[in-house]
Parts: sequence; structure tokens; C-alpha cells
Amino acid sequence: MTTTGQLGDPPAPGAPALELRDLSVTFRTEGGIVSAVDRVSLDLAPGEIVGMVGESGCGKSVTAMSIAGLLPESARISGSIRLQGTELVGARDSVLRRVRGKEIAYIFQEPMSSLNPVLTVGRQITEVLQVHERMSRRAARARAVELLTLVGIPSPATRVDNYPHQLSGGMRQRVMIAMAVACGPKVLVADEPTTALDVTVQAGILQVLRDLRDRLGTSILIITHDLGVIADVADRVVVMYAGRVVERAQVTDLFAHPHHRYTAGLLSASPTPGVHAGTQRLQEIPGLVPVLSTQPDACTFADRCPAADARCRDAAPPLDAVAAATDHLAACWHPCPIPRTQPEEASA
Amino acid sequence: MTVLTVPTADAVPVGLSRRTRILRRLRRNPLAVVSFVVLALAAVAALLSPWLAPYAVEQTDFARTFAPPGTPGHLLGTDDLGRDVLSRIMLGARASLQVAILAVATSLVIGVPLGLAAGYFRAWDAVISRFTDLLLAFPFLIMAVGLAAIRGASLTNAAVAVGIAQIPGVIRVVRSDTLRLKSLDFVAAAVVDGASDLWVLARHILPNATSVILVQATVAIPAAILGEAVLSFLGLGIQPPDPSLGTMLATAQQFAARAPWAAVLPGVVIMGLALAFNVFGDALRDALDPKGDRR
Amino acid sequence: MARYLITRAWQSALTLLLSTVVVFFGVRALPGDPALALAGEDRSPEALEAIRHHYGLDQPLPLQFAQYVGRMAQGDFGESIRTGIPVSSMLTTALPVTAELAVLAILIAAALGVGAGVLAAVRRGHPAEWLANGLALIGLSVPHFWLGLLAILYLSVATGLFPASGFVPLLDDPVDNLHHLILPAVILGTGLAAIIMRQTRSAMLDSLSSDYVRTAKAKGLRPRAVITRHALRNSLIVVVTIVGLQLGGLISGAVVTEQIFGLPGFGKMTIDAVFQRDYPVIQAVVLLTATAYILINFLVDLLYSVIDPRIRVTGDPA
Repeated sequence: MTTTGQLGDPPAPGAPALELRDLSVTFRTEGGIVSAVDRVSLDLAPGEIVGMVGESGCGKSVTAMSIAGLLPESARISGSIRLQGTELVGARDSVLRRVRGKEIAYIFQEPMSSLNPVLTVGRQITEVLQVHERMSRRAARARAVELLTLVGIPSPATRVDNYPHQLSGGMRQRVMIAMAVACGPKVLVADEPTTALDVTVQAGILQVLRDLRDRLGTSILIITHDLGVIADVADRVVVMYAGRVVERAQVTDLFAHPHHRYTAGLLSASPTPGVHAGTQRLQEIPGLVPVLSTQPDACTFADRCPAADARCRDAAPPLDAVAAATDHLAACWHPCPIPRTQPEEASA
Repeated sequence: MTVLTVPTADAVPVGLSRRTRILRRLRRNPLAVVSFVVLALAAVAALLSPWLAPYAVEQTDFARTFAPPGTPGHLLGTDDLGRDVLSRIMLGARASLQVAILAVATSLVIGVPLGLAAGYFRAWDAVISRFTDLLLAFPFLIMAVGLAAIRGASLTNAAVAVGIAQIPGVIRVVRSDTLRLKSLDFVAAAVVDGASDLWVLARHILPNATSVILVQATVAIPAAILGEAVLSFLGLGIQPPDPSLGTMLATAQQFAARAPWAAVLPGVVIMGLALAFNVFGDALRDALDPKGDRR
Repeated sequence: MARYLITRAWQSALTLLLSTVVVFFGVRALPGDPALALAGEDRSPEALEAIRHHYGLDQPLPLQFAQYVGRMAQGDFGESIRTGIPVSSMLTTALPVTAELAVLAILIAAALGVGAGVLAAVRRGHPAEWLANGLALIGLSVPHFWLGLLAILYLSVATGLFPASGFVPLLDDPVDNLHHLILPAVILGTGLAAIIMRQTRSAMLDSLSSDYVRTAKAKGLRPRAVITRHALRNSLIVVVTIVGLQLGGLISGAVVTEQIFGLPGFGKMTIDAVFQRDYPVIQAVVLLTATAYILINFLVDLLYSVIDPRIRVTGDPA
């Protein structure tokens, strides 16, 4: 049905750091095979921050976990994940282990539970360095202190010996980031990095991520359900719905002119770009996210879409460029007709 | 040692649908079914053993001592006094179950109210904790030794010693479940409505704590069966000539060279009973577990 | 940390005092005149009078209790009614046997239990898990004194691999000592191993599905490092607790095991004393067990605060 072969890649300087091609993930469950991610394609250029947005259960976290093979054993991945040309789908465990933490690093939602409670934060940072960089204990420790400084932790020389429970939530997330960037990864995957944090702390964390991109040239994939976060840090956005990418565009284009009805629904009550992150959450769209195991040969959003007709229920719309020579793609038979009023430039 | 309590959202007031769901889960677990059948058969055999047993337990036959299993008329053989082993095993198992039920009942009667009080009233918690520590400081065998010194060895002595030793466990689980339930909305609502503490405990907390009490009782029974066997084996529990699996093993130890088989069967029966209870207890806990994914 | 330890120390001291009170009144609850009970064979009025005076039975109760505590604290538990040997010197010979047996049993149980528990959690759904679970259930259900009987019958008597009974002090001949103790220790350790295995497995399943283990995997650590450094370290806290809580069961088990294997330890001394109505010995045994239990659990709490950094700071077991 959907042809994704001729998708126009965004013009990026040099080869992309990470390429996902037709990535699909299914899970074996007691109720049968459940599809969680359906033919997702995405490029991440060096130094680019891409936001992936959608409701919970839309497959964005599964996509994130699949990149470095962190899904449970019940998951089946097909398609292609290339890290600077190296195929990761079906790669051996030893290859994936060399990639994890070294080339692709993760930041998770809950910094408290994501850090080991019985190890000092220093130890948790140094173990990455010792595994991937073969650093001595002493050198790794010195580097850990540097990293804590880099992510803006005050008095890092004492903090390095603290246990996670001795730090505040924001501090813990900074530690997670320090751990993630310890080996200078090409790609940083941040899964809801600010969701568990206070609004004021959020801004600080996002600033740290931006700094890292600027200083180290790391590509960042940031997963969130918060459009405010996207508006704040992302260069490009991918909107996911029920396991599929429904729209992909530059942040300014998407906010200015959403094509997919779902995106329009998301934006209708969300902050305009430039407004401070996290002040508003996504507005609820009536209806339920369809059960992913029964992926119909149709637009998955049809049941909730105000513009849906027979065609939407018969065939899944392909993800195509909305106009010639643009990197704005949408998968919709009836894209929004009227462009929204032009917003001010997104401040990054 | 503090018990960690994690509030979960499963505590709906006890209702038929939940009970049916649990029963269905139990029926679908083959281990649960098998262990339940074994226990039911054992219970029937124990209850009816005075009538089912082929011989009177104290009927001796000095012409036929140490008959090996398979001897005509004595399926499992005879012991040092020519008594029928099968009959003695049946009545011994009956005594084991008696002691176990008596012991667990004792621990529940004392432990449940204390656990409820410790979980519900902050002021009582420290006092009851010290009481629990005190009980724990006397291991059941040492307790049985002390009790035997004071009151003499008997079936009751064994049941009391084992029962007292199980009180701390009951207090612990009831206390932590009470703490959990106390924090839930429907209990808070009852308190706001002006219900008295006793009413809340009796109408809201105790009924919802039944499942953990039930599980605790199921795992306490096999421990009590083993406890009785040990005490009787050492001569601190049931006294000869009353039949007991523990004393049978003590006798077998004395005559192990002549009749090694006698050391096997009573032990197998003890283990079988304990195993059936433990397996059923595990299945019950899984069926009651709202997460339902643990075995 | 300091506050936590002070609280625990205070609580332990209180429990110790209470258990002394219990034993003190227990002795007074013995059938008949305690002086008669303590006198043994010699029941002449003069002897009874001497005993009453020696034990302060003619004093008011609180004073008696104070004297009692004083005597116990000095290790004066009286003399055996049967042999006239001071109970304290009986304990000096018996306790090392039991202590060695118990330590060996704990080591064996911890090694087997933690190993099998980790295996069952890591190899979920594999035959190894079923085997480990099944063995643990059997270990929980088997009367270990019976296992001991069978071991003597079929391992010691039949094959002569292990001595059926007896004991050689550690310092006399360490190898022979171990040869005599290893079978009883394995038997004693089975029940504890089963309990440790089940707790370890459950704790490991929790840790393995935790966020911090996901983080450890995302860091590219080897499975071995993920399991030992991250998952197991957190699970060990549970194991330490179990050993502390199961100490009572271990003491009970040691009594029986010694009885079966004829080890001249504390347990055998206890059982002999019950049948000989040797009240001073029984009293010493009961009091000493309680004291040991309380002290060791206090030490376990200390160990706790070493393993779990959260306690060190907040002063509350997590």
C-alpha cells in the first residue's frame, strides 16, 4: 500500500547520523500479535534535534527503545535502523552493546527510578567510561566530575560521591544526561526527559540538551507528548498516531500549517512556538486510540477525524510531501485546507 | 525490619465478581487443581481415619514385628511392636493436620487483631512491634522446650509452641495490609463520614485483608505440619503410644538397621502434605495477585 | 545513620530486657517449688535453704530479678542438676559446635539460594526456572530431620562416604571437622536455601524489570554486569533480611540436626536437659538463644546500613 521508497530526505549536511526505514515492531502477547510501530521512517542529521510527539500508546517510546535494541524479548523488529551506515536491526548482541552508551545514549522519564539507588552517581557514570573507553578508575572519576560540571551540577566534586536519593529531581536528570553523553554519543534518545519534572526545572534540562547539541554536535531524538517541549527545542517534528507517522515537518512549518487532521487537533489548544515550554498540555481529541493489533487497511485516525469519508476507511493514505520541493510530509486524504495564521519565529 | 508497602488500586470492596475471577484463575492452574485434590483427599482420609484404618492404632502383634511393606494384611508393613504402619500413618496424618490447624488458628486469633491495631493506630504500633520482636527472640523449638519444661510435652504443647511462633508473621502481613488499606479512598471516606475506628476496621479493613490472611494461613499450615513433626520426633510433642508421623520417624531411627523402609514412608507423607499446602498457597497468592504475572 | 542505629540499639536492649523478664517468670512458673526444681537429687531442707539463699528466692521479687540479671550478665547460669558441671562451661564446649554448624549452613544456603534464585529469575520460562522453583518448593516442604535420617541411612551407613555421627573440633583436625559437619550443614541449610531462593528470585524479577536495569542495559554493559552490579546488589538487601528473620528457624533446625547427627552442640544439650528436667540448663539455653537472636539481628541491621545507602542517610530502612 504505502510506498515510502521515494520519500524526500531532508537536505542535511552530510550523511544522516541515524536512519530509520520502514521500522515496524510487533509484540507477541497472550492475545496474539500486537503491532506497536508500523513502517516508521525517519532521518536524524548530525546535530539535529528531532521531536517525536503523540499520545501515550502511539508507539513513540517503542520506536525509541527499538533503536538500540532495548525492547523485551517478545518484540519483533523489521525494517532498517542504520547508525552512520551500520545496520542495527538483527545485529548481534555484542555489536549492540558497543553501540549502546557509546554511539546511542538514552535519557529516561523517571530520573529517580532510572538511576540505581545503591550506587553513587559517580560510579554509575564511570562504569560507562570503563566499559567503552577502557579508562582507569581514576581517569574515569576525573571525567565524571567534568561531565557533572558540563551538565551544570554545582560542586560536582562532592556530588560525584552522592547517591541518587540525595539529589533533587532536576539534579538526577542532569546526572542521567551526564551519564548519557559520557562517551560522546552520536545520537541521544531522550524519552520524555522532562515529564516527571517541575516546569521550572524542565527549562533548565532542555537548555542543557541544547547546549550539548551545540557543543558536541550530538543528534537528539526527543520523545514527548508535550508540544511545548517540541516548540522549545526541536528543529523538526514527527507526529505519530497509532504506530504510524502521520506528519513530519520543520517545527515552524508544522506549527504554522499542520496538514494532518490529527496534528491540527493536537495544535488547536497548544502553545504557539516561542511560548515557554510546558505551560500547556495536549488537548484531548474525542474518541479512543485504536487497538493496535487490529491495524485496519485504512487511515487509523478515521474514526476520530471530522473530515473522514469512505476513502479514509478503504485505504491508508501514504506519507507524501504536501507540495512539490518541500520536506513537509503528511499522511492524509483530506489535509487541512486553510493555513493557520503565520506565527512568529520559533525561538530556540 | 520494616515491611515495604506499595499501595495498589486493587482493593475494591469484596464482591462476587472478584471471587469468581480468583476461583477461575485457580481452576485454570493445573498445579492448584492437583494440590487441592491431594489436600481434599488427605482431609477426608484424616477425618475418617478412625473408621478407614484397617487396624486399631494400638493393636500390637508381636508375632509379626518389622514386617516389610507388601506383607499380606499389612500393606505398608508393621513396626517394632507389630502395629500396622498404614493405620498409624493415617492417624498420624490426622494428628498432624489437627496440630497444624490448631496452631494456625491460635496465631490468627492473636495475630490478626494485633496486626490490625498496629497498622491502624499509630500509638500501638511501637508497642506491638516490641511484642513481635520479643516473640521472634524465642525460636519455636526453644519455646517448645520452655513450655515442655513448664507444662510437660503434649499435642497441645506442640500446637501452642508452633502457633505462638507464627504470630509475628501474621502480625506483619496484617499490619502492612492495614496500612495499605487505610490509605485508600473508600476507607478515608468512611472515616470522613464519621464511622468509628472499630466499625472501619471490622467493615472495611478486615474484609479486604482476608485475602492476605488466607494466603498467610495457607503457608503457615505446612510450616506447622513440619513443626509438629520435629517436636514429636524429639519427644516434645505428641507422646507415644498416640500415633504421630514424627514419633514414627523417631522409632524408625532407632531400628534403622533392621527396618530402613520405616524411615521413608512417614517422611513422604509429611512432605506430601506440606508440599500440597505450599503449592496451593503459591497458586492462591498468584490468583489473588492483581498483577497476575508472577508465579 | 547514627539516629537509626541508636533507635535500633535502644529497641534491641528493650527486647533483651523483656525476654529476660519472660525467662525469669518462666523459671518461677516451673512446676512446684523452684528450689526443689533447682535442687536435683539433694532435697534435704538444708540444701533447699542453701539454694533459696543462693538464688535469692527468699528476697522480694524485684530484688530477685535484679540479682538474677546480675548473675546472668556475669555468665553465672548455675550448675547442671544432673552433672554438677557449671552451665557456663557446658556452653563453652557446646556453643562452638553449633556456631560452626550454623555458619556453614548459612553459607551453603546463601550460595545455593542466591545462585538458584538468580538463575530462576534470569532464565525465566526455561527448564532451569522450573527446576529451581520445584526444588525450592520441595526444600520448603521436606522435614529436614527426615532428610537427615535418610542421608545417614543411605549416604553414611550404606556408602560410608560421611561419618554418621560424632564431631572433631575444628582446631584438632580441620579436614576431619569439615568431614563430620558438612552433611549436617547441608541438611540444615536446605530449608533456608529454599526460602532464600524464593526471595532472591522475586527480588531479582523486580530489579530486572526496573528502570535502573533498563538504564544499565542502555549503557551497553554486559549482561553479567547488569545482573550482578545492578540487579543482584539491590536484591541482596532482601537476602540479608531473610537470614536475620530466619535465624530462629535456623536455631530450631540446628537443635534437631545435632540430635540426629549426634553432634555435641547446644541443641543436643538442650534436648538432653529437657528429658532430664535439668532446669538451670534449660533456662540458660532459652535466655542465651533470645540474646543471640536479638544481638545478631542488631548486627544484621548494621550490615543493612552498609549495603543500602538510603538507610545511611535517612535513618529509615527503605
